[in-house]
Amino acid sequence: MADVNRGNRPLSPHLQVYRLPIAAVTSILTRITGHALVAGVVLLAWWLVAAVSGPGAFAAADWVVRSWLGFLILTASTWALWFHALAGIRHLFYDAGMGLEIHEAEKASWAIIIGSVALTLLSLIIFFIS
Amino acid sequence: MRYITPRKAAQGLGSARSGTHHHWQMTVSSYALIILTPLFLIAVGAGIGLPREELMVHFGRPFPGVITALFIIVGMVHFIKGTRIMLDDYLYGNVNKLAIVAANIFGWGVIAAAVFALAKMAFTTPAI
Repeated sequence: MADVNRGNRPLSPHLQVYRLPIAAVTSILTRITGHALVAGVVLLAWWLVAAVSGPGAFAAADWVVRSWLGFLILTASTWALWFHALAGIRHLFYDAGMGLEIHEAEKASWAIIIGSVALTLLSLIIFFIS
Repeated sequence: MRYITPRKAAQGLGSARSGTHHHWQMTVSSYALIILTPLFLIAVGAGIGLPREELMVHFGRPFPGVITALFIIVGMVHFIKGTRIMLDDYLYGNVNKLAIVAANIFGWGVIAAAVFALAKMAFTTPAI
């Protein structure tokens, strides 16, 4: 049968123009934060190895850790760690069959976003006052 | 011949032939990491900014040393298994296999380097 309406039909959502629901954003961020944490772990491992390698090696690694770039990587890693942890806890609830309704997933998404930012700020405050 | 029904032989194995083993390992390591995460942040946060000798003494103590080693070991094993899922999603065939091998080499390399450094700190610095 001929399609007389070609070109005038509603299009399926395209990724580049489709506004992702908040639950989809937190879902993909779980994977992204998990993999981005590699940067923080590599920096930490380099710092530890440099400390036992010698004063020169440690000076270089410690300079990076205490530079603005190191602060950026470690702060971003702390947020990524808290986000991934909270999103991971949500996965454990999913496994138990809880929180699977859309409105529950949306509420949990905001809890993960707000909670991860709050825990990051708390971590920074504890780091700087102690 | 095994006296077992075909259904019983196949149950829980799935297409990967390993059933829910991978999922269960991710679950167990995630519970461990929930406990380890705040302790790890405290242990590492207390070490940042210290001079080299004091840093080695810090990580040479049982709590910071063991927590940091545990977090990196469990965390990187969790990473190796977790990244496998992403690699299976986006890469196929030999490229997929090579990427899984690379993830294992990277993950265990980080574990070996960090644990070696922590062990050297623990065994060479005097406890204070």
